[in-house]
This record gives sequence, structure tokens and C-alpha cells, in this order.
Amino acid sequence: MMLTPGWYMALAAVLFSIGGAGVLVRRNALVMFMSIELMLNSVNLTFVAAGTGLGLIEGQVAALFVIVVAAAEVTIGLAILVAVFRGRATANVDELSSLGG
Amino acid sequence: MVEVFVFAVFALVAIGGALVMVMARNPVHSAIGLLTTMFSIAVFYVLLNAHFIAAIQVLIYAGAVMTLFLFVIMMIGVDKTEDTTEQIPWQRPIAIVVSVGLAAVILIAGSQAWITGRSVFGVDGVNGTIEAVADALFGTWTLAFLSTVFLLTIAAVGTIAMAQYLPRRPEEES
Repeated sequence: MMLTPGWYMALAAVLFSIGGAGVLVRRNALVMFMSIELMLNSVNLTFVAAGTGLGLIEGQVAALFVIVVAAAEVTIGLAILVAVFRGRATANVDELSSLGG
Repeated sequence: MVEVFVFAVFALVAIGGALVMVMARNPVHSAIGLLTTMFSIAVFYVLLNAHFIAAIQVLIYAGAVMTLFLFVIMMIGVDKTEDTTEQIPWQRPIAIVVSVGLAAVILIAGSQAWITGRSVFGVDGVNGTIEAVADALFGTWTLAFLSTVFLLTIAAVGTIAMAQYLPRRPEEES
């Protein structure tokens, strides 16, 4: 049995779905954020596996850019969470409904 | 054969860590599960000869990002475990069905289209050293690389602005 890039892509698909389930099921904003990070990681794995399968270095370059964007997103998102927590003292997204009227 | 064994072991570890992250009540346990998954993904990068990406994965994700997450969890979310009662009663089963369906669709559709012909460890594997990545990054993709500089600057400025923003206490509405 040979280990082809398709196996890594299958694993990445499973991890992506678990992350999506986390975003839909959990109500804690921090855990939802971590689920989004898991989805970004699985996409990175797909990029690197596809680059290896095609013999291109660009897969790894794309993964590097995704990591940079994810790092920027984490800083901004956690700053927003901390600011929200200072005003409302909760991290539960069901209670953050002041825009809903 | 040893590659298949390593892949199987760390695939199980990665999926287990992801499930722990989704199902744990305590946010710290969620963070530890995500950390396990990220280390496993770094192992997969090594298996795929992407050594530089593996190092970046450990340094940035497992190091910086997860430390930041744990910092914020300790600050705002660790003392109370989550209230798991749902506002919408059918949301959880629907979400699980949608996620399983998404995985099934990707796996079935992907099994038709994935690049399954070549061996990862054959002669046509990609050289993923720092030198090879830097050749592509500073040669072909210089403009994209420079725009990440602007992105990171904007993110840093935005974070500082958010840290200085003092919201009014919501006592006037409650």
C-alpha cells in the first residue's frame, strides 16, 4: 500500500468537517474561534499535499500565506473578544445579541 | 511501510484531538486538543517533505497562536464551564448531520478527482527546504509576500486600537 497525497486530503476533509461542526455546535466564542483555526489548518494540509502530488513548491508557499493571514486573524479576533468581554462579561455568543434588536 | 504506520497513528491522534476540542466543556481542554492536532499536522508536513512549513507550524501555531489562545482563555473564559442548553433545540442534530454530510460529499467527490497516481516518497517529491521555499517566495511571489507585510501592520494597528477602546458599561440598557 502506497501513501499518496489523496490520503492526506481525505484526513484534511475529515478535520475540516469536525471544525465546521465545532463552529455550529459550540456556543463559547473562544471554542468557535479554535474550530476556525482547525479548519484553516486542514486547508493548509490540503495545500501542501496537493503541492507534493503535483511536484510544485507553490503548495507550500500558499500554506505559508494562509498561516500569515491566520496569525493576523487570531490577533484581531482575540482583541475583539477581549473588548466584548470587557463590556459584557460573557463569551457566550447567544448572549451577544445587542445588534438583534 | 513505516510511513503508512506513522500516518495512521498520527491521523488517529489528529482526529482524536479535534474531537476533544469540539466536545470538551472546559475551554482549556479544547485548547489542549487543538494543540495535539496541530503537532500531528506538523508531523504530516515532515512526512510530505515540507520541513520549513513543519517548523513554521510548530513555531507559529503550536507556539504563538495557542499561547495567545490560552492567555485569553485564562483571562476571560476558564472559570465557568459552558452552558450546553441550546436556544434552538434542533440545532445540534442538524449541525452534526450537516457536518457528516459535508465530509461524505468531500470524500466521495474527492475520491474521483484526487491526485492518487504518484508516490509521496518517490523521486518526484517536492524539496521543501528553506532554500526552495525562499526561492519561490522571493522570486515569483514577491508582491504577495510584500502585501503580507501590510496585512500584518494593519493587524497590529487594529489590535492596538481595540486594546485602547473602552466600551461603555451596559448598565443603561439593563
